[in-house]
Amino acid sequence: MLRYIIRRLLYAILILISVSLVTFVLFYASSSPHQIARRNLSAKNPTPQQIEEWLQQHGYDKPRWQQFKDHMSQLFLLRFGKSDANGEDIWERIGTGAPPSLLLATIAFFGALLVTISLALAIAYFRGTYIDGWGTFLCVLMMSIVYLVYIIAGQFLLGKLLKIFPLAGYHAGIQAWKFVMLPAVVSIVGGLGATVRLYRTFFLDEINQDYVRTARAKGVSEWAILFRHVLKNAAIPILTTTAAAIPTLFLGSLLGESFFNIPGLGSYLRDAIDSQDFAVVRAMVFLGAITTIIGYLLTDISYTLVDPRVRLE
Amino acid sequence: MRSIPACGVPNVVQPLLQVEDLRTYFSALHGIARAVDGVSFALEQGETLALVGESGCGKSMTALSILQLVPEPAGYIDGGRILFEGKDLLDLTWSQMRQVRGNDIAMIFQEPMTSLNGTRTIGWQLVEAMEVHGKASGNVAQQRALDLLARVRLEQPALVLRQYPHELSGGMRQRVLIAMALANEPKLLIADEPTTALDVTIQAQILDLMRDLQHELGMSILLITHDLGIVAKMARHVAVMYAGQIVEYAPTLQLFQQPCHPYTRGLFASLPSRHRRGVDLATLEGVIPQATHWPPACRFEPRCPSRWGTCRTITPRMLEQTPGRTVRCHLYDPTIADRPGLDTSWHHGQDSGKTVGQRPQTEANP
Amino acid sequence: MATLSLMLHNVLPLVIVTLVVWTVVRARQQPLWAEAYRRLARNPVAMMALGVICLYGVIAVLDSLQWSDTTTEEPKTVLDRLFVQVPQERTYSAPLAVMTTGEPQLHALQGWHLLGTDGNGKDVLYQALKGCRTAMIIGGFTSLLVTPLALFFGMSAGYFGKRVDDAVQYTYTVLSSIPDILLLIALLLVFGHGLDKLCYALGITSWVGLCRLVRGETLKHREREYVRAARALGVSPGRILARHILPNLLPLVIISITLGFSGLVLAESILSYLGIGVEAGTGSWGNMIDAARLELAREPVVWWNLIAASTALFLIVLAFNLFGDALRDALDPRLRST
Repeated sequence: MLRYIIRRLLYAILILISVSLVTFVLFYASSSPHQIARRNLSAKNPTPQQIEEWLQQHGYDKPRWQQFKDHMSQLFLLRFGKSDANGEDIWERIGTGAPPSLLLATIAFFGALLVTISLALAIAYFRGTYIDGWGTFLCVLMMSIVYLVYIIAGQFLLGKLLKIFPLAGYHAGIQAWKFVMLPAVVSIVGGLGATVRLYRTFFLDEINQDYVRTARAKGVSEWAILFRHVLKNAAIPILTTTAAAIPTLFLGSLLGESFFNIPGLGSYLRDAIDSQDFAVVRAMVFLGAITTIIGYLLTDISYTLVDPRVRLE
Repeated sequence: MRSIPACGVPNVVQPLLQVEDLRTYFSALHGIARAVDGVSFALEQGETLALVGESGCGKSMTALSILQLVPEPAGYIDGGRILFEGKDLLDLTWSQMRQVRGNDIAMIFQEPMTSLNGTRTIGWQLVEAMEVHGKASGNVAQQRALDLLARVRLEQPALVLRQYPHELSGGMRQRVLIAMALANEPKLLIADEPTTALDVTIQAQILDLMRDLQHELGMSILLITHDLGIVAKMARHVAVMYAGQIVEYAPTLQLFQQPCHPYTRGLFASLPSRHRRGVDLATLEGVIPQATHWPPACRFEPRCPSRWGTCRTITPRMLEQTPGRTVRCHLYDPTIADRPGLDTSWHHGQDSGKTVGQRPQTEANP
Repeated sequence: MATLSLMLHNVLPLVIVTLVVWTVVRARQQPLWAEAYRRLARNPVAMMALGVICLYGVIAVLDSLQWSDTTTEEPKTVLDRLFVQVPQERTYSAPLAVMTTGEPQLHALQGWHLLGTDGNGKDVLYQALKGCRTAMIIGGFTSLLVTPLALFFGMSAGYFGKRVDDAVQYTYTVLSSIPDILLLIALLLVFGHGLDKLCYALGITSWVGLCRLVRGETLKHREREYVRAARALGVSPGRILARHILPNLLPLVIISITLGFSGLVLAESILSYLGIGVEAGTGSWGNMIDAARLELAREPVVWWNLIAASTALFLIVLAFNLFGDALRDALDPRLRST
């Protein structure tokens, strides 16, 4: 197992090198060094000499591959530098933005897992009946509604009309969970359609297997079959789909956070888009890649925990 | 057909299982597939009945129908009665039927490789069989599981308890499945081609095991197979199925000595024999028709070498030939006027009525 | 330049429509597709979905064909001309209303608006219909970019294996390590606004999925007997891929495109909402939703803008989802009669 992890981490470093190459290329494509110099120099019309000085100071006169090496090592050391828009330290801001995002995403993630698995199991139990037919159709309807509508309608219905949750905003500390509930609920409901339908397919695939027939011949009830046999075998495909959700645990929900004024990484990114702040975007891209890779590695390791047949070589 | 009324008649034993006119159909794209179309047989206590036939004749579906495990939603039991110890199983509610499964009637299937849950230990699955019916739990169940594994002659049963199915070979898994089926000491064991997926050497071991366990427990076995050798070894009575119906029923020894129905005779004739060398293997011509379109009268007629005009127009009845033997064929129906003489020279000038060479070892002829 | 643009807008849609019709007619001659077509025709939900898709396609074409009345004027599309009668008002007005709403002093409306008007007084129905063309182009053009790319790399990786496979797998592992939204944002910040640039960016993020699928299927088919036989006969790899493996991949590709269409349309609306999608002038439901989102807080509540945009978006996405599912079931070999 340890050798497997080490091998994956080494491969991950290779991947991250290419990711930093991608950000390097995009960074240069987004603005030339002269533009960056002009933006950073406080003077209104900097002289060519001032620009040259600034470029030298910041190492933009070195050969390209040298610049790339510097760029890459900066990223690997997680030195993201300062924001293009307002000059604040990116890493610091990430530090303050991470806890709210983590809180919201964790509640949404586990809530969604609970709700979608339960609904999918229920639909699988009633397979072939009109509950199954209408349930699946409802899932298709729900996954055809754009997430924006869920957010807007969610805030309107639950915040304004029914006044269950605070409309927006965030206060750190004990009270934080209250502000996070509405975005979490919206996130869960918005993601229901596609996921429930997918999990239903996983469960139905398992229900047609031979071992289920054996269990039935033993006299096991349908509910017990679903919970104690099918669920465990469907765990691997379910885990695979949840792997994709792990990056959002760290990066936050872009739309949800900005709409509900949660000061997390999602709204940080949203502000960066609005102000065309490429330095922040670059940092988030790299961070996103790291979390994705770690996420997939953790998921692969978790396979061994649920299915004894899986061997990681 | 053996239907002996039990009430009011002393010294007559009610059959453990009595199937009457069972009909199991499937709704398919092009109509209704009549997989089991009027099957009737009885099974005594402590006895083994073999259900023999080609693939597609409906024998597996008959077995599944008894436990009402017919694949839904396409399949359904159209009618008939399945009397187990006198009670009609088809009248039971779903939860009542659940009490029967794995408890009074147990079933083992053909594919040991996939019939066990790969994510649970053997011990867990054995204990589940007992816990589901409230027979035992906890440590008691664990101990019983251990005993069961020892009974099916698995070495190192304590180790096997903790193992997962993928760590066992096919033969070992089939033993585990047998152990699971016997966990609650069922009165009837339905075995659907239990050895087809196994090596020949393992086959013999499993069959011996089953026979010994049957003697120990006094349990009945309904054995589904296409292998006549297994039939000879295991069964006291045989029912031959074709196209969803039973075409012949007889004690094994009698069937082997003198098969009546042309289909049965074809089955025996197609067995390779060391006495017929240098000659092409005999086969039954044609293929079994589709279950959605059975031939209107005799279903074997298109392939029967003894057919004649009436076979296409009048449906043959199941008639008792001698006590304990029934055949569904016009050749043995005295009421059919124009039947020709019994065909005794079927294949390659061979005397078809007798088996050549040694008599096979059967239940009735140890 | 103007003539090129005019040609693009007028000739291209008609060429595409002709190609699509011709492909469908030719495909029906093949047994696999004929059987699928029969199954689809018997499915009322699928046919309705297809109807909706065709309707949106027609609107998109109508919004594409354009010409100028005079040499100095901007070319107007057929859709524009249909709505030329509908005047622009001062501000909001409810559907089928006679007066404006939301101002301290209400004014009479100059014209008739089926779905009301937005904050600038523009007709909401007109704006909603304008979004059709954007959606169809996003889905269609991006799929056009993605498919050859995914097929080429996927088939090469699956068929030739070893180094080629490693290289392709490395490439798409790198790309898929970056979460899609982030990569899209980064690309669009660099590319800038625009429908075509959006297509390129979406293409870069979506080719990986199809490529993986194609690679898996090619691997499976490479080991089949018919391919082994062809290799033994000395048939060149290119021919094997084109003549033998590719036709077997087509059903999967078509299904993937159909189901992916809805995802692309949704992505465009979200990106336009964020402000990095199409330009402000181009019709887009995302832009409409962005403008409408604050209107729910007004008194009286202005709901028609949001509902119109959301419904227009919902209908086409649902149509593609339903049709894609039906198509997948129709092409599933397990359900084939023989």
